[in-house]
Amino acid sequence: MANMSPKKVPIPEQDPQVRSRNFSEVSLGYTEEMAVEEAQRCLNCKHKPCMSGCPVNVRIPEFITLIAAGEYEKAYETIYETNSLPAICGRVCPQETQCEQKCVRGIKGEPVAIGRLERFAADWYMENIRRAAVKTPRNGKKVAVIGSGPAGLTCAGDLAKMGYDVTVFEAFHKAGGVLVYGIPEFRLPKDLVKKEIEALKALGVEIRTNMVIGKTLTIDELFDEGYEAVFIGSGAGLPTFLGIPGENLNGVYSANEFLTRINLMKAYTFPQSDTPVKCGRNVAVVGGGNVAMDAARSAKRLGAENVYIVYRRSEEEMPARVEEIHHAKEEGIIFKFLTNPLRILGDDKGWVCGMECVNMDLGEPDASGRRRPVPIEGSEHVIDVDIAIIAIGTSPNPLIRSTTSGLDTNKWGCIVADENGRTSREGVFAGGDAVTGAATVILAMGAGKNAAKAMDEYIKSKG
Amino acid sequence: MFKILRKEKLNSQVTLLEIDAPFVARKAEPGQFVILRAHEEGERIPLTIADYDRNRGSVTIIFQEVGATTRLLGNFEAGDKLADFCGPLGNPSHFEGVRKAAVIGGGLGTAIAYPQAKKLFGMGVDVDVIIGFRNKELIILEEEMAKVSHHLYVTTDDGSNGTRGFVSDILKKRIEEGEKYDVVIAIGPPIMMKVVCDVTRPHGIKTIVSLNPIMIDGTGMCGGCRVTVGDQTKFACVDGPDFDGHLVDFEELVRRLSMYREHEKECLDRHECRLGGVLDG
Repeated sequence: MANMSPKKVPIPEQDPQVRSRNFSEVSLGYTEEMAVEEAQRCLNCKHKPCMSGCPVNVRIPEFITLIAAGEYEKAYETIYETNSLPAICGRVCPQETQCEQKCVRGIKGEPVAIGRLERFAADWYMENIRRAAVKTPRNGKKVAVIGSGPAGLTCAGDLAKMGYDVTVFEAFHKAGGVLVYGIPEFRLPKDLVKKEIEALKALGVEIRTNMVIGKTLTIDELFDEGYEAVFIGSGAGLPTFLGIPGENLNGVYSANEFLTRINLMKAYTFPQSDTPVKCGRNVAVVGGGNVAMDAARSAKRLGAENVYIVYRRSEEEMPARVEEIHHAKEEGIIFKFLTNPLRILGDDKGWVCGMECVNMDLGEPDASGRRRPVPIEGSEHVIDVDIAIIAIGTSPNPLIRSTTSGLDTNKWGCIVADENGRTSREGVFAGGDAVTGAATVILAMGAGKNAAKAMDEYIKSKG
Repeated sequence: MFKILRKEKLNSQVTLLEIDAPFVARKAEPGQFVILRAHEEGERIPLTIADYDRNRGSVTIIFQEVGATTRLLGNFEAGDKLADFCGPLGNPSHFEGVRKAAVIGGGLGTAIAYPQAKKLFGMGVDVDVIIGFRNKELIILEEEMAKVSHHLYVTTDDGSNGTRGFVSDILKKRIEEGEKYDVVIAIGPPIMMKVVCDVTRPHGIKTIVSLNPIMIDGTGMCGGCRVTVGDQTKFACVDGPDFDGHLVDFEELVRRLSMYREHEKECLDRHECRLGGVLDG
């Protein structure tokens, strides 16, 4: 008989008062007892609706049944067959709009905590099992993967498992892409990312850092060097600014810069690390996505007294995950909904000293289907801030498209690719944010996975 | 890891390192830069490429020991290794159609101006080189510049080398004497570049400056290096680092360069301690 509790087993978390002053992980994860209890809530439905919500088709009821039976190692292996980064997905996937949204238990209560269980299985495995990776016999064929974020790592892992010699080219000095420069330590510990990457290396994947494709090497040169197919997973790394007066004042950051300084360059340990970051007393983060939440919560941890989220629509339209908004609120982040910045104000030395905003009202739905925010006349006001962080989105980097002839891109600069990652250039595949524009880790992983399969078919078809 | 092949102290504050970096050397062009990290906990700093040798697979950087990382680099020796060395980044300089050029280097900027002069000279362009330093002891690359120019002018702020004045004074004089430059390339402290632009503007002489703002990735990702050029925001790393000097907002550039002054001091003090510890034993 299943555990019929309408609610998920709560997951232990650091107290908001404590965690808003440190960078350690917020969620502490299930114990074995908790995991078993939660796993027993799964009804093991025959038609497996949850699986249809998973971009990488994890066999969800199967692994949960194994957890319920205490077979944690087998549970992990079941997940790992289709998902090469389970510890990461268990933490950062938006389960509420994917697997958990389809869960039958969600009709009358909370869905099964699939994400938490996935994380439990992955953490348990990392903690308890140390096994040498089984290398697939090499097939002697070389493939190149550009970018070591979720799309690239997944694609590389799958190709290595098929026997290819995979080289991953990373522009930064460290592999991981958004997992290391973007998502903060308190949501995704970097040690864990490192372990996942070590596991890929054990499969035979070679990672070459400091290689900016489009500059250090071009895609054509990769083919000249004998790579038979190339996967572009270079993400969407170019920050968008608002285009309002005052954005170049000292104290205005793109979320990318603010988070990269903190996460990749470890500015929160300055001066132990050499890279500094400015964090004032009053910080305004403009935007409503997960990146905005990450920036705001990071600012709080750096010691800011008042951190505002300035978002032009209402809470309902916010693209951030519910859990992230909830955590941010718990940590004392102040939400200013229906508020749009007009300009950033500077003092006589050129430093940020305020943000002039206007209140908004929601009008008719726009092209995105969300109600269009309209300014309320006469509601202009100034928020007292000394740091402003712009987190309104990113677009794909032009370095590759501008140096690769015959590679079609759309008007937003995204690479045009079909569902299997095929681009307009023979032998060149692409996936993840470089194709879709900024999206989620798991969608990028799904794209990397599909592309790996298509690349294998392509190389085999060449004979 | 990237091995240091050669080290040369050019003066009391300026050091040259030739780095084994075949991938960077293969593509490097004048005007481009690298991002390096000296050690595993180090910051990423951009340095303009001073020279490259495709056969030897090496790239030369020249830097002044002003911050924590450059101090540390100055203590490295041939055989030591840098953690990271990434490039070439930014756009190469373009010199099509130039017949007569003035290449101006201010202080350390001379190191960055050198590959430009070398390239122009190699293309058969009539090159005047004007370089300026605070005093005689700080003069660098005088011989090298002499080899890649038709006229070389070396000035010092205090006149200790016999020619007192600023690079802009010489340029102004040359223009007034009737010299017709197709392009002036000015590389050095922002204030020097600004003054050179003020000299050339009334004569309508195209003036290219090379900007070196604060940046992290050097590939367009952080946006920290944004500069205002003709009322447009540009990223120096991917849109530059060369820009039309007449359109650059130098005041903003100077202001943005000062963003981490307090942090830099703190970091430097800490490094002095570390180095002191090493030197003392």
